[in-house]
Amino acid sequence: MTVIAMHAPDGFLEAGTAVVTGLISLVVIGVALRQSREQLKDKAIPLAGITAAFIFAAQMFNFPVAAGTTGHLLGGALAAILLGPSVGAIIVTIVVVVQALAFADGGLTALGYNILNMAIVPAYGGYAVFRLIRRMFPSTAGGVVGATGIAAWASVVMAAVAFSIQWLFGASAPVAFDTVFGAMVGVHALIGIGEGIISALAVGAVLASRSDLVYGAQDLDTAQLAESKVGTRTFVIGGMLVALVFAAVVSQFAVGNPDGLEKVAEDRGFIDSAEEHSLGDFIFADYATDGISNEALSLGVAGIVGTVVTLLVAYGLFMGVRETRTRDPASV
Amino acid sequence: MGAGHSHALYVHEHSVVHRMAPQAKLVAALGMVVSIAITPREAVWAFGFYAAVIAGLTGVSRIRPGFLAVRLLAVAPFVLFALFIPFIATGETTEVLGITVSVDGLWGTWNILAKALLGASVSILLTATTEIPDIIRGLSILRVPALFISITTFMIRYLELIADELGRMRVAMTARGYDPRWISQARPIASSAGALFVRSYERGERVHAAMLARGFTGEMPMPSTEAIDRSQCAGVLMLVVLFAGTAIVALVAT
Repeated sequence: MTVIAMHAPDGFLEAGTAVVTGLISLVVIGVALRQSREQLKDKAIPLAGITAAFIFAAQMFNFPVAAGTTGHLLGGALAAILLGPSVGAIIVTIVVVVQALAFADGGLTALGYNILNMAIVPAYGGYAVFRLIRRMFPSTAGGVVGATGIAAWASVVMAAVAFSIQWLFGASAPVAFDTVFGAMVGVHALIGIGEGIISALAVGAVLASRSDLVYGAQDLDTAQLAESKVGTRTFVIGGMLVALVFAAVVSQFAVGNPDGLEKVAEDRGFIDSAEEHSLGDFIFADYATDGISNEALSLGVAGIVGTVVTLLVAYGLFMGVRETRTRDPASV
Repeated sequence: MGAGHSHALYVHEHSVVHRMAPQAKLVAALGMVVSIAITPREAVWAFGFYAAVIAGLTGVSRIRPGFLAVRLLAVAPFVLFALFIPFIATGETTEVLGITVSVDGLWGTWNILAKALLGASVSILLTATTEIPDIIRGLSILRVPALFISITTFMIRYLELIADELGRMRVAMTARGYDPRWISQARPIASSAGALFVRSYERGERVHAAMLARGFTGEMPMPSTEAIDRSQCAGVLMLVVLFAGTAIVALVAT
């Protein structure tokens, strides 16, 4: 099972998008580095370093999916929930950078969007979802495990959304936004199930032995953690239901537009070059929105999901800053 | 990583490229991939030129072409996506072997294929001729923030240890007859992940305590940054100018 949003090669998105995402990533990682220093004090180097090695190894965990096929963890949300969003974002960034520089996995000019999609969005966005969901769940180990599952699943979907939005701005080929969005988000909604289940059960295992190490569960009373347990089966069934409902909704959106092959046939000779100098084409690569009959709808959806993901990531960033500031240094 | 050439991509050889200073190679690789990425897709000759230079460098580095080809398989998922583009892309269409495909889409496929494969070749050449500790040293000479470098160094130092620990857990599970086929049987895997995290974290704490005992103050002593060898600058400069020049000519010409 491969994840398309991961380790994109050189030239996959246009140069402008690579530069802009690179700048965003640089700024966010700069902020995150300062915060992880505040959070971990002089422990920052060994602790972040060795847990980064853990995330690298965790990506080698092949878990069964169905009938002998396997998937593997991405670990962005897991890292954020275990270690806090800033440390989580840093260590996944380091994993991505080392994979590009030392293992030739992912393009060097693609580092900007690869870091944004694989480290920043999953860590901060995933953590924001985790905190929001935890408010709805009871303050127990079960609540934390459930929230982890949903957050880890959502982090994979958000990475797919982020990639689709970047495609809208910097597509290197004329594939319509809705085709990319439908395919990416649909596929990742399914891939995310494994991520959610494994992350949740892993956090459950840590809670059972060293609950003080789970950053996202520090408010819990360690005494009450002893019993509450969630059955794997309940979890798997619940997770699949949520994901299937979501995938159904997304695919409705994708199916609502003509499917790729039909669209090509439909669009033959219908390109109106007179429209090419509109403001929309100035902002967006003219590919992504080219030849779509309902351009407004497609841009509207892109705008809404883009805003939601951005708000979540911003919320995660904000919480990362606030929690580091208010925390009593002695307890770290 | 003390045992030398332990990472999969490094090829132990004695070539000019292997001996180049890591920071010089990093600058050269970055200059080359940026040039490749900004070259307009219509400039087919430019990509041919890049490929020829990269092939030459591969020869000079004494890397077998077969090794490069196998490593290039890493971009396969994206190549697959690229191959689909002509069928799902919009715009003016043409007939190829009786199948209707988008002209713009074909260019898109070419664009992704050429840039992904050339870019990946440069990355593979870099990793095949430079050991990981040298890459990190190069980054630190290029003024990447010290905290980032220190954490990365620690990750690389402990990576194989943690990965081995993971391997032992897998062996232990297999020895007990663990052979899951469905995700609902994956709890042992997840528990191992949790256990591995706790072990990694506790190892971090122990290492920190040991560092404190040896006088650690929160900053890592940085390896002395040697002066850059001027003779290597020329070679690197030539490569970057060659690639950047080609990209600019291609940009102007199309």
